[in-house]
Amino acid sequence: MGEKLLMKGNEVIAEAAIRAGCRHYFGYPITPQTELMHYMAKKMPKVGGVFLQAESEVSAINMVYGAASTGKRVLTSSSSPGISLKQEGISYASGAQLPAVIVNIMRGGPGLGGIQPSQSDYFQATKGGGHGDYHMIVLAPSSVQELYELTVDAFNLADKYRILTMILGDGILGQMMEVVNFRDEEKIETYDKSWAANGHKNEREHNTITSIHIDPAVLEQWNIGYQKKYQLITESEQRYELYNCDDAEIILVAYGSVARICKGAIKEAAAQGIKLGLIRPITLWPFPVKGIEKIIDIPKAFLTVEMSSGQMLEDVRLAVDGRKPVYFTGRMGGMIPTVKNIMDKVMEIKERHS
Amino acid sequence: MELRFDKRINIFCGHYGSGKSEISVNSAVSVKSAYDDVLLVDLDIVNPFFRSLDAKNKLESLGISVIAPEFANTNVDVPVIGPEIAAALRNQNRRVILDVGGDEDGARVLGRYFFDIPQQDYDMFFVFNRSRPMTRDLSETIEYINEIQLASRLKITRLINNTHYLGETTPEDVLYGAELAREISEKTGIPLAASCVMKGFKHDIASRIDHPLFVLDNHILMPFK
Repeated sequence: MGEKLLMKGNEVIAEAAIRAGCRHYFGYPITPQTELMHYMAKKMPKVGGVFLQAESEVSAINMVYGAASTGKRVLTSSSSPGISLKQEGISYASGAQLPAVIVNIMRGGPGLGGIQPSQSDYFQATKGGGHGDYHMIVLAPSSVQELYELTVDAFNLADKYRILTMILGDGILGQMMEVVNFRDEEKIETYDKSWAANGHKNEREHNTITSIHIDPAVLEQWNIGYQKKYQLITESEQRYELYNCDDAEIILVAYGSVARICKGAIKEAAAQGIKLGLIRPITLWPFPVKGIEKIIDIPKAFLTVEMSSGQMLEDVRLAVDGRKPVYFTGRMGGMIPTVKNIMDKVMEIKERHS
Repeated sequence: MELRFDKRINIFCGHYGSGKSEISVNSAVSVKSAYDDVLLVDLDIVNPFFRSLDAKNKLESLGISVIAPEFANTNVDVPVIGPEIAAALRNQNRRVILDVGGDEDGARVLGRYFFDIPQQDYDMFFVFNRSRPMTRDLSETIEYINEIQLASRLKITRLINNTHYLGETTPEDVLYGAELAREISEKTGIPLAASCVMKGFKHDIASRIDHPLFVLDNHILMPFK
């Protein structure tokens, strides 16, 4: 058995990245993800890696672009306002098809907002906060153990598809401490990186890493290529967890730390004789339409719970496609939904469908 | 054997995430059973989450005063230390518990009280949890002790072994931590004050250690608990 440690979510992302072979980190501190940088600053020099605190998020994401261009595994992290600053670089790196991992430990917005947990960057992460027709793979862990496992997966997925992969967590996940069981050895998958700009030694043609294509017909061909890739990912990489769904009257839809509050509500409801289930999207992009399809006939209604005004709600409604009613409850601005908030909404829905 | 807080001022420091806040809150409750005027100071200017201030209502209902940096638990991530903390440190009739922020970064705030603490009757506890990734062995743990002493301009006087894996803790984990404490003591001369377990810990541990056991109540809760 591998090492067992008690770790904060933010720390475990850094540790997982190092275990996944990442030796390049560029970032700028921001609450509530700073422990990730703190850990990297202490650990990277010990493993022969590079930790660099850039002068801003804009610099950091462009350093990521540079390092990723050489084919090295690279990580950056921030929280909501910092991720907004990184959007231009994210769009450029997507256009250049660079693999890298970006962590967003979300806090309340808009604007400078606050430092308490939130999920209000769902649109930004899944629908492209930057310009152009691009997607990132977006992974949504809901425990510290899963933060470890998905961070390792994120690097493998990024390399496999030459795509940016985002870990979308929130302040609760980043700050909470749980036991993590590490594997003895990581499964570091290696993929062809003959595209990398890492020195041609006069033995091959120059590799060009760019997102600029001046001829619109050529740019369209590139875009068609990107879309084919996104289609392939949509078909093969959807992930979700189904919990307690058999015979559920109402199925909750929630990701990340909110899914755990939902599990608390499921327990509370069971005590009152009400059967609730949960579908927890683990990939937010691609959204697990296949998971919704599997359970579509079971409940009377779906209830989406988020720490936002209802962003994932739109994807749930698209997947349900009018076949069942989809309700929403959530909190904003750094406030955390309680089991009571969820139960009140459940009672209201039950009333309506009795 | 019980852990006794003999000094008027009790300071808790250590690597962040080692359990300082939970131990500080429990210490305040323990001190309150023997003294009337007890103050818990949440002096964490580094981490705005999961802090002893979260237990404020509970502590105040027990008659324990609680103060914290000016904007703690709001969205203003600005460390402002009020004058009432220095006043409390000089008040000979008050028992004071200081819950200090993690690492040397958190301990630096103590340097500001260089003219208030060293002259007084105080204990400074170094809390560690051997299941945390940065305090696994002797040399790295002593590095934290040295860095915190330098930043705080204070000497650590006692050790607290808080080795645990939350609900998965076994007696062997606690003993594994106590072993490191013994090594630290031999190297630095700082005595081990206690090992900690949570209330309801179902295994016998008291008969297997030669130092006090500090049984903790869980006061700082997760939002979904």
